[in-house]
Amino acid sequence: MCLAIPGRIIERTGTMGRADFGGLVRAVALDLLPDAEVGDVVLIHAGFAIQTVDLSMEPEIAERLIAR
Amino acid sequence: MNEANGRILLAHGAGGRLTHELIESLFVRRFDNKPLAALDDSAELKLPDDCRIAFTTDGYVVKPIEFPGGDIGRIAVCGTVNDLAMLGARPLGLSVALILEEGLERETLNRIVDSMADAAKEAGVELVTGDTKVVERGAASGLYIVTSGVGMIPYGLSLSGRNARVGDAVLVSGTLGDHGITVMNAREGLGFEGDLRSDAAPLNGLVENMLSVHSSVRVLRDLTRGGLATALNEISRASGVLIEIEETAVPVRNSVLAGCQMLGLDPLYVANEGKLVAMVDETYASGVLRAMRDHPRGREAVRIGTVLKGEAGVVMRTPIGGARRLLMLDGDPLPRIC
Amino acid sequence: MIPAGAIESVRATLDEIVRRSAEICRRTGRDAVQIMEVCGTHTMSFAASGLRGMLPDTVRLLSGPGCPVCVTTPGDVDRAVWFARQPGVTLVTFGDMMKVPGSAGSLSDARALGADVRMAYSPADALELARGDPQREFIFLGVGFETTAPLVAATVRAAAREGIRNFSVFPLFKLVPPALRAILARRDHHIDGFILPGHVSAIIGLDPYRFVADEFGVPGIIAGFEPFDLLEALPMLLRLCRQEKAAIDIQYTRGVPAGGNPAALRILKEFFLPAEAVWRAVGAIPDSGLAFRPEYDAFNAVRKFPGMPAHDPPEPKGCLCGAILMGRILPADCPLFGAACTPETAVGPCMVSSEGACAAAYKYGLTETSRWKKSRRRQEVAVRS
Repeated sequence: MCLAIPGRIIERTGTMGRADFGGLVRAVALDLLPDAEVGDVVLIHAGFAIQTVDLSMEPEIAERLIAR
Repeated sequence: MNEANGRILLAHGAGGRLTHELIESLFVRRFDNKPLAALDDSAELKLPDDCRIAFTTDGYVVKPIEFPGGDIGRIAVCGTVNDLAMLGARPLGLSVALILEEGLERETLNRIVDSMADAAKEAGVELVTGDTKVVERGAASGLYIVTSGVGMIPYGLSLSGRNARVGDAVLVSGTLGDHGITVMNAREGLGFEGDLRSDAAPLNGLVENMLSVHSSVRVLRDLTRGGLATALNEISRASGVLIEIEETAVPVRNSVLAGCQMLGLDPLYVANEGKLVAMVDETYASGVLRAMRDHPRGREAVRIGTVLKGEAGVVMRTPIGGARRLLMLDGDPLPRIC
Repeated sequence: MIPAGAIESVRATLDEIVRRSAEICRRTGRDAVQIMEVCGTHTMSFAASGLRGMLPDTVRLLSGPGCPVCVTTPGDVDRAVWFARQPGVTLVTFGDMMKVPGSAGSLSDARALGADVRMAYSPADALELARGDPQREFIFLGVGFETTAPLVAATVRAAAREGIRNFSVFPLFKLVPPALRAILARRDHHIDGFILPGHVSAIIGLDPYRFVADEFGVPGIIAGFEPFDLLEALPMLLRLCRQEKAAIDIQYTRGVPAGGNPAALRILKEFFLPAEAVWRAVGAIPDSGLAFRPEYDAFNAVRKFPGMPAHDPPEPKGCLCGAILMGRILPADCPLFGAACTPETAVGPCMVSSEGACAAAYKYGLTETSRWKKSRRRQEVAVRS
């Protein structure tokens, strides 16, 4: 019911940031992830980061998802 | 200075002095060829005896009229050249009708007509006759273009969606979905940055290369609206064959894939303006692929599947070893979040 | 190309699914383990990855009510159209809702007839439209589940902080756990386990699903959306199905911490109160929707534009979408399926939405796929011999 794809935060200013989705970059709102930092991989749903992707869980898979 | 200076006025379409000036400055200077320079009511084209003609027409209403990698002028030329090329026809001449919205900036119009001239040059085709009309502000969105093209089909050549045969190799000329995602991003203000670019390009040169490899090409189709999946369905129905493709073999640029995933779109259904699919005799498939890769418009050409015996339809084998039916596109693909 | 090892591990996983499901069937005496994937994106992943067609007959997937297009009533579409037709109003919506038919056409039809309906990828983009044109009223169509509602709340908060007065929301949000309760409360559900929605869970975490196992004895796995996620989730769920005591577990650990997203949950509480919501083809479910708290009336389109029509047109005759969404029957059991009801002539919501159970069953038709498998096998044999 809800599409969300992982992207890496490359910039953050206040509650706004920019995320890289393997070559495609878009503004993302970080209101719902106040602690997200540049370099974090986050799930983006409709322009908002909704969760941090835990890369320690399945590092290979997570990296592959972002880098494809 | 009057604000209307540098803009298209209704008078530009009235048939008088302004119309003549417009046509002179837009067309005659850029498209320097005999039939056009005559400014007669029709263009006269010379044909060899016993020649078969391909004839096609298309309307272009893309919004926005300019986008990364192209504009409405470029696709108006490429689209018609490509429609001819899919029958293997060598373009003899194009006609162009411009419907301009009152108030359109001359600068914009000049850029677009320049772009048409560049595309025509790239395709090696002449624009031999044309027309312009101006409609009231609000009655069009910037400008619309209608182009028609006439081409000559080489002796003995017969390409058709009906010709696919069991065992044929299925080839595509490059990455899919670039044009559709680029234009959607520009039109809907999706805010995607990166290397998104329309692939709008004439394919007649690529097709010439392909046809030089024996008589092994059976079907060519350009992958415009509806994308690869729709084109394969049309061919499958027309030829009464089952087409099977391999998901992992289908080339899609990373950024296009990311955009598609964000918007819930399937790149197999997204439009292209400079890509084709071909059904080719299996024996010569690798030779045709080499010929495609020798051409700038086919550098990333790959084989994606095979024509099989079976009930008409298209099936895609998935990376986990499963299968999925691909149907024709129904309706317009809209960006979605769910 | 997928490395041979990966295909081998897919086969091993499928073998485990075959073995475990057969074992459960032997024990229960039924012909299949019935698994409901609640989320429409899971429905699509199962179909698009081809996994659906690879599963043994002893595993039956039921598509649940997790698709906003499927569960928005024609009455609510009519109300959205009514908002779009108000003078000086632009209705902004996710593309998903454009073609959902109401009793007098869809938003797409309303646009063709002159209403100002625009699509946006993000509610933040809708607010941007409002910022750029202060003379016009912008109403955002607030559909979605727990994943989407916090985004809209954050957007309203931004509007409130900036003092933007020409932006409001028509709230139609729905909540997943109350819908699961409504499904389970019926005795005739026949659901052995749930594949629970990964991105709703990224917000709400695991706890809100505990009642599914504790009160109803049905296990569930919170799963991701990649084919390998589903391939991992199914055996996990079948293992839970065998256990004496039902439990809920997370497969999608990389995206779902057990506690969900606290900031998102806080903002939901701050802006909304639980309210009864009407689910298309299912009916009213208590506390399964979200209403604005009264202090945010200024951003509630329903308060801002009084006179919204209350009429709810009846469901189409003969349509069994309700029973399908509740997991009681399969799409093919509906007499309209594939005959009067196809994607081109959709009667019910499950066919209207590209994610809907019926649309998926029709598009990725299992019968056609198995026919293809047969002809494929024949040709492989022919090539070899």
